[in-house]
Amino acid sequence: MQDFTEAFRLAFALVLSGDADLIEIVGLSLRVSLSAIVLACLIGLPLGAWLAIARFRGRRAVLVLVNALMGLPPVVIGLLVYLSLSRAGPLGSFGLLYTPTAMIIAQTILITPIITALSRQVIEDLYSEYDEQFRSMRLSQRETITALLWDGRTALITVALAGFGRAIAEVGAVIIVGGNIDHLTRVMTTAIALETSKGDLPLALALGLILLVIALTVNALAMTLRGKSDGLAHG
Amino acid sequence: MAESIRTVGLSLTAGGKRRVGPLNLILPPTGTTVIMGPNGAGKSLLLRLLHGLIAPTTGSIVSAGQQAMVFQRPVMLRRSVGANLMFAVRRAGGTPADCQRLLAEAGLADLAGQQARSLSGGEQQRLALARALACEPDILFLDEPTASLDPAATLAIEEQVSKAASTGTKIILVTHDAGQARRLADDVVFLHDGILCEHTVAAEFFDTATSPQARAYLSGQIVL
Ligand SMILES: Nc1ncnc2c1ncn2[C@@H]1O[C@H](COP(=O)(O)OP(=O)(O)OP(=O)(O)O)[C@@H](O)[C@H]1O
Ligand SMILES: [Mg+2]
Repeated sequence: MQDFTEAFRLAFALVLSGDADLIEIVGLSLRVSLSAIVLACLIGLPLGAWLAIARFRGRRAVLVLVNALMGLPPVVIGLLVYLSLSRAGPLGSFGLLYTPTAMIIAQTILITPIITALSRQVIEDLYSEYDEQFRSMRLSQRETITALLWDGRTALITVALAGFGRAIAEVGAVIIVGGNIDHLTRVMTTAIALETSKGDLPLALALGLILLVIALTVNALAMTLRGKSDGLAHG
Repeated sequence: MAESIRTVGLSLTAGGKRRVGPLNLILPPTGTTVIMGPNGAGKSLLLRLLHGLIAPTTGSIVSAGQQAMVFQRPVMLRRSVGANLMFAVRRAGGTPADCQRLLAEAGLADLAGQQARSLSGGEQQRLALARALACEPDILFLDEPTASLDPAATLAIEEQVSKAASTGTKIILVTHDAGQARRLADDVVFLHDGILCEHTVAAEFFDTATSPQARAYLSGQIVL
């Protein structure tokens, strides 16, 4: 119990002192996961919107596939990215393994299906309401998608937040393709795993606290936005 | 062209039942055609068919020019009143000045910044009409645009519709409001069970409707 309290005291001291290592790790975490969410949104939002409005043979199968990909375990994605990027792999010549870029790639693959599937749902609901009006206005598919993404923006931001929350909290993929190398690829989750097993509880706890605060903030933001999008003006 | 819309053998089957037609209609090139008939007669389905929103089961429709439609339940984008209108104006190649003019004509200038979905029913109908007029349609379909409006709001809509008609827009209007039909109609199409009962000039329709269904409808009886 003594150790436990002491560890918490040291953890808070680390956070408050603005420890350089701590800041570096948190900074890299944010950089990797924010890059991943931006890329995943660039791919997943238009794709989700297109899946919501397009009617083609095999659409159901694609939806099932996207939903299944949502549940891919991070370690499996890590393994697949590792195999592709390792020296003998198809993308080995780029030398990306154990770099932040590799981590961004892995997290992008992890959350793109989430963004796609969730935004498809959001856009489909909206489209069922707008469909006739847009067809009456003879909008092209591109114009329809752009308008739907814009009008669904509040709900879509909560989708992006959900993806970001998943990316920043996952450890399995980044530890395999990043390798948790100090000052290079060490992020919050991998550092927590390592420091805990090494017995450096204060650093692990300090990172855990920050991760918790980030997760809570993301959730609070998502809840606030959801409340807003359910409100009168957006109903 | 001697007509705005012509249908040949037009019919629609939905839910295992024929809902509309077969209809052979020739609508005059200008003026206001009013479509009347009891609930479930197929008026809204006919408008959707004519506007090309649903594909007919049989038959064909010939029409030309720009079309716009105001729905029985207007669809408001999750945007401000001004942005809703600007969306349509921009598509029609218009400018913010056109948007301002349409807002003023619809009596919505003061509400431009408000969320469209928080407007009252009458205000939403006015906005939907302004949005439809933004593309300066050759043919304008209106599905009971004043169904839940108070008399003043109804007159405001009717004035806008008459003005569009006077500038050459062909109006095709569905209404249950016999007074409104008398005020606006040049000719009346009466539907019952998806079948055309009569299509006559307005004055004749109200004084000497020939089909028993139309006479019963006008006298307020329930037609089955
Ligand atoms: N998608 C559909 N599938 C099956 N039946 C439908 C469909 N849409 C409408 N109907 C039916 O077709 C009939 C005509 O519907 P429609 O909406 O055209 O009536 P309406 O004349 O506009 O009536 P109202 O005056 O109440 O607006 C109704 O009996 C309706 O239940
Ligand atoms: Mg109707």
